[in-house]
Amino acid sequence: MTIFEAILLTIVTASTPLLLAALGELVVERAGVLNLGVEGMMVMGAACGFAGAVTFDSTLAGILCGILAGMVLALVFAIAVLGLAVNQVAAGLALTILGLGLSGLIGQPFVGAQREVIAHLSLPVLSDLPVVGRLVFGEDAFVYISLAATATVAWFLARSRAGLTLRAVGENHGSAHALGLPVLKTRLLAILFGGAMAGLAGVYLSLVYTRFWSPGMTAGRGWIAVALVVFAGWRPGVLLIGAYLFGAATVLQLHAQAAGFGLPSQALAALPYLATIVALVLLSLGRKGASVAPGSLGQPFAPDR
Amino acid sequence: MEDASSLTDGLPQSPASSLVSLERITKRFGDLLANDAVDLAIGPGEIHALLGENGAGKSTLVKILYGLIEPTEGEIRWKGDIVALDGPMAARALGIGMVFQHFSLFDNLSVIENVAVALSADITLDTIARRIRELADTFDLALDLDRPVWTLSAGERQRIEIVRCLLQDPDLLILDEPTSVLTPQEAEDLFGTLQRLAARGCAILYISHRLEEVRRHCHRATVLRAGRVVATLDPSTVSARHLAGLMVGAEIGDVKPAPAHAMGIERLVVTSLSLRSEEPHGIDLRDVALTVRGGEIVGIAGVAGNGQSELFAALSGERLCGDRAILLDGEPVGHCDITARRERGGAFVPEERLGHGSVPSHRLGENTLLSLHGTSGFVSGGLIHPGLARRWAARIVKTFDVRKEGADPRAETLSGGNLQKFVVGREILRDPAVLVVNQPTWGVDAGAATTLRQALIDLAAKGSAVVVISQDLDELFEIADRIAVIHAGELTAAEPTSRLSREAVGLAMAGAREHTGESGKVERGATHAH
Repeated sequence: MTIFEAILLTIVTASTPLLLAALGELVVERAGVLNLGVEGMMVMGAACGFAGAVTFDSTLAGILCGILAGMVLALVFAIAVLGLAVNQVAAGLALTILGLGLSGLIGQPFVGAQREVIAHLSLPVLSDLPVVGRLVFGEDAFVYISLAATATVAWFLARSRAGLTLRAVGENHGSAHALGLPVLKTRLLAILFGGAMAGLAGVYLSLVYTRFWSPGMTAGRGWIAVALVVFAGWRPGVLLIGAYLFGAATVLQLHAQAAGFGLPSQALAALPYLATIVALVLLSLGRKGASVAPGSLGQPFAPDR
Repeated sequence: MEDASSLTDGLPQSPASSLVSLERITKRFGDLLANDAVDLAIGPGEIHALLGENGAGKSTLVKILYGLIEPTEGEIRWKGDIVALDGPMAARALGIGMVFQHFSLFDNLSVIENVAVALSADITLDTIARRIRELADTFDLALDLDRPVWTLSAGERQRIEIVRCLLQDPDLLILDEPTSVLTPQEAEDLFGTLQRLAARGCAILYISHRLEEVRRHCHRATVLRAGRVVATLDPSTVSARHLAGLMVGAEIGDVKPAPAHAMGIERLVVTSLSLRSEEPHGIDLRDVALTVRGGEIVGIAGVAGNGQSELFAALSGERLCGDRAILLDGEPVGHCDITARRERGGAFVPEERLGHGSVPSHRLGENTLLSLHGTSGFVSGGLIHPGLARRWAARIVKTFDVRKEGADPRAETLSGGNLQKFVVGREILRDPAVLVVNQPTWGVDAGAATTLRQALIDLAAKGSAVVVISQDLDELFEIADRIAVIHAGELTAAEPTSRLSREAVGLAMAGAREHTGESGKVERGATHAH
């Protein structure tokens, strides 16, 4: 395996958790809800996923535990912002703080434990092709799931009637309610989906990316996911590009640091953020008015009756 | 309710033949009685008008009928049976459709998506598209299905709402102030559609404050005042003034035209004013020119959202432009901010009286400072003289008959009409050289509207130049000496009112480059799919 091949493979692993979490947040925001608790749900997913996998000695059990943890936290958020119509920004920040604290508690007994590498796709001949073999036909299940989920979300939003309802609810919840669309139910389902995806992203970090648990191991990836959604203009396709761009820049700057370029390491560490912002701004240029934030994003909704 | 029964002349309301009847509907919001034992019956094929001032309870009543609000007391009968409407879905299932005043559309969705979202998911988009085209042919409601809504005019948006209702085959269609955002021609198109619908047996409940429209097109009218029914009658048999009197509960005075006076010097001259909008969906001003002499009122007509707010911002100095684009009494003021323009005799009344023209939680005395801080001597050395400001507020209140509670109440406690009198009066009392006022009587009761219009006429008669930006053509024809029309950020040359017809102004409001087809229907050239 060449170094080039290795770099490409790590780019995929670095990008997948971002893509998973951001995809969930994209659906939540298209439904008009701003959930800033992605970081908290993600770190809970990482802790509970790892705990589940170790306890039951099963990766699948870990995945389910992680998804469930993300959804439970999302449900808390949903009760606050949908049931009680509290400020979404405050509730989301609280969720992040709660998730970071609670995950530390849950993960405490598992610090120092280690999981083995999970299975990768292995096809005869195809997976052994030079360069593209491992890259295209030899990834783990999460990578394929994240790509399939991107396509599914894109199709769901653009083509399905349920997706249309979701977009309408996010665009103008007052009108949607007046038309009799189930605003709160739609948003509840969207928030739960966001929680599940953030949880899954967390599981990926602790079971695949590092294969151990350490407190606060998400290290701001949840926030990157939130930012990616905005910069991608709430479009799944652009989000995919953005997530991989960010992943690539992160990996490349690590190699640049190792190679000892003349730049200070702090400047190199800032590079992925700069590169992603510049690229996504360029992508959204020339589309004035065509894709703007969902109209009701972040506004609490309390029906008259 | 003696007067109500005496006015229900020869129009028996028999619930048996009614499609829908509201019986003794009462709705209480805390202490406020929004609807007080309201009776209303509508028969199949009837165009029924619901009239009343702002706050008379019209919106509450139709929201009850559409299932958006639950009545405190009273019942609704649909085809003779008592029904409980526990939401808009229930109302629509019965066959009640509603077209909202502020459209319930989704700006970033396409036309067909906006229609589909209200329909059951088993109907495919292809079927919907086919049925929309059928409706478009039957009722003359042309729509381009794939365009996003934010690119459409108000008239086109309303067509989407109507089509969306019609696809559900309603027996009753409710329209809330449907013509307030339309050009006169678009309004005529709408009435054509409504009459075709009524002829097929669909009942229409039509909420409006445009009395001439109601008299021409509605079969019956129910007038609400302070939550109660004061009359049910055939509107074509009485005068618009009689209807207005019923709505207000008093005789409406006439606006007295100004005594003949000579026009003075040019006090406001606007030349080649172009300004890009800062809003994402805003309108750019393009080469606007306007001259207003002392003693003259120039009206600026136009459908909402055609650059009125942008023009007001440029004239008032909320946005700056080229220095010589605006001359105030001969001095270039384009680069001057709003305070500097006030010092040179400018006075400006924005459209939104609560929040822009006044601070809701501040007292009237404090609110005088908003526009007078630089010119009145209320402020010296950075300190406010509250006594002077309060005395000035008291003068405004006395001169313009502002009704209020307490000596110096907070602005938000005043009714719309009274606050508007205060905000306009605050500028007029300064004897400005130029007054620019945006929508002077929007959402104001008829009595206050008359006072305000009279005040503008009197101000002009004293030698000031007055610019009135308004969507109310009746108002402009009543008070303006000349009228210009703003469309898509361009302003036509102002013509003397006596030489203008409503039709001509209406056409200009729809855009001068557009042509009328047969039946007076305004075509928008390439924008429709035909």
